[in-house]
Amino acid sequence: MIEGIIVQTLVKGSVYALLALGFALIFGVARVLQLSHTSFYMLAAFGLFTLTDVAFLGGIPFISNPWVAIVLSIIVTTAIGLAVYKLFIDRVREHHVTVMLITLAVAMAFQQIMIIIFSGQYRSAPSFVSGQSWDILGIKVAVQNVLVFGGAGIVMLIIWAILQKTRLGIAIRATAQDTEIANLMGINVSTVLLLVMGIAAALAAIAGVLVAPTMVLEPGMLWPPFVMVMAIITLGGLGSIKGSVIGAFIIALVETLVVFLLPTGAFLKGAFALLVMIVVLIFRPEGLFGIVFEEERL
Amino acid sequence: MLSRLLKDFQGDVVSIPGRLIALIFFVLLFLFPAFTQQSYILRMLIFTNMFVIFAVSWDFISGYTGQMNFGHALFFGVAAYVTAMLNRPAPLGMGWPIAVTIPLGALAAVVAGVLMCLPALRLRGPYLALVTLAFPLILLGVIFSFTQFTGGELGISGIDRMTDSRVADYYISLGVMLVSVLIMWKLTDAQSSFVRTGIIMHAIREDEIAARASGINTIGYKLFAFAVGGFFAGLAGAMYAHFLRIAGPSSLDLTLSFQAIIWTVFGGIVSIYGAVVGTYILYPLTESLRFISEYRLLIFAVIVILILLFMPEGIAVWVRDKIERQCPRCKLTNVSWRHACRACGADLY
Repeated sequence: MIEGIIVQTLVKGSVYALLALGFALIFGVARVLQLSHTSFYMLAAFGLFTLTDVAFLGGIPFISNPWVAIVLSIIVTTAIGLAVYKLFIDRVREHHVTVMLITLAVAMAFQQIMIIIFSGQYRSAPSFVSGQSWDILGIKVAVQNVLVFGGAGIVMLIIWAILQKTRLGIAIRATAQDTEIANLMGINVSTVLLLVMGIAAALAAIAGVLVAPTMVLEPGMLWPPFVMVMAIITLGGLGSIKGSVIGAFIIALVETLVVFLLPTGAFLKGAFALLVMIVVLIFRPEGLFGIVFEEERL
Repeated sequence: MLSRLLKDFQGDVVSIPGRLIALIFFVLLFLFPAFTQQSYILRMLIFTNMFVIFAVSWDFISGYTGQMNFGHALFFGVAAYVTAMLNRPAPLGMGWPIAVTIPLGALAAVVAGVLMCLPALRLRGPYLALVTLAFPLILLGVIFSFTQFTGGELGISGIDRMTDSRVADYYISLGVMLVSVLIMWKLTDAQSSFVRTGIIMHAIREDEIAARASGINTIGYKLFAFAVGGFFAGLAGAMYAHFLRIAGPSSLDLTLSFQAIIWTVFGGIVSIYGAVVGTYILYPLTESLRFISEYRLLIFAVIVILILLFMPEGIAVWVRDKIERQCPRCKLTNVSWRHACRACGADLY
């Protein structure tokens, strides 16, 4: 049981970390809550399903090489994310509530479009490593789970390297610190915002294609992680990269413990995760690693 | 006396187009059962009336004090479940009459509002939005895990109906809606000389620190806003449960919270009538699109996106600005096609 809890926490935590990382990047740089974020996760999972499923396009899979399918669905999802930013978010970026409502409407629209195309049935994406499992320190772990954890870890390392070592990363961090000063220093803020949006959408898409083979696909699948990502980024502190990764693993641990230890845990996991978030916020109103700006202080 | 009243009516209602439209609209609503008594249409309007209270109470909390409440369905759902549990027959419930259980349900929503306030008072902006989002979801988890009391997915059914006739139901819902909206409208009236809450709530939204520095107990007023808004949202939820004769988990759903926000923003936030207009346009519209149910939510989402992009202050406010103009000298509202103010004769252009 304890092995199960550890494996589940690591797998779920790394998926949540990928989602929350993108969300935190967008909030940190653009100061908006992009609520359609997890719909890119759903879109990428469905993209993988469409490209690789044998039955959907009558007999032959659209693309037989799984890696090509994965890369293609990540690219398409990222392009959709950029289009959403350009069309809807960029024009109303200054009005926070408007951004929240509009991105929520976008998420609803994506869900409905997918229901119209895929008719809301439960589907599953093929796994390239299905059924195989490895022994790691005496624990049997499905290879897909190793893939999720390892893939997420590598992607997070790449993001960290981009943020810390490249000129783009410096520009992103400068914009997050102070948009106006960054603009004065010659950083093209709107390009930085567009790139951050692209990175975030790509992160959500990577999370989507990584977990797609392990779960049931249906257009409503964007809501459970939506709630969890909200809890994670609030817990970790809005806009904090470190906070979102650590918060993801805390929330994943709480969720897994509740599922394993309580009889009705499957229903209560969300409730407990949100309760942890509220308790933390009562004692630290800015989250674990959040920064309080002087003008935003109450 | 009567002529004075008539004169007031002429000056304050007939000559302001927005108020005249509102008056005609409510008179038509009162006469509506004379035109048709079709059960389906009356039922739709009853639900619309309930959702009007719900949306207006969201505007009262979040629009006026600026405390973004993304879990408004909490009040609706708590009241629905409390009244259903007290009303259903003996082995599981108490079997009390609805005249007792509906007010108790609304009071339970007030308690929920105050409890929600406790963490919310320290938070602001997006943090507050996300924490309020969490509360109904926590309750939903509890409801799904104690199915013997709450009915789980199916909800609590078999509770009393409001009255035996649809028309009586309609008039009750209309009356309660009118009174609730009137009370909230008066409480938020910033120019009123009787209540101070309106101008104080505006002050808290615009600059909380400045409001506190001027000696306003901002925490007390925020609690007040959550309690009053919670009461009316709870009233709507409890009555809705009895009209529908079921209290189900959908009354705590995320989509219900967001619908209140979308109705209000569509009509125009921080204006009580905006929420009324938004609900009366959007709810019947989305209901009557049921025959193409697949596209219903998609159309809803597209309308919301278009309105937010091109009419961000809301449709009711947009229309009002087109037909009314304030006199620059005496601040009296005029019809926009007048060239001179009706009272002081100042040039309106």
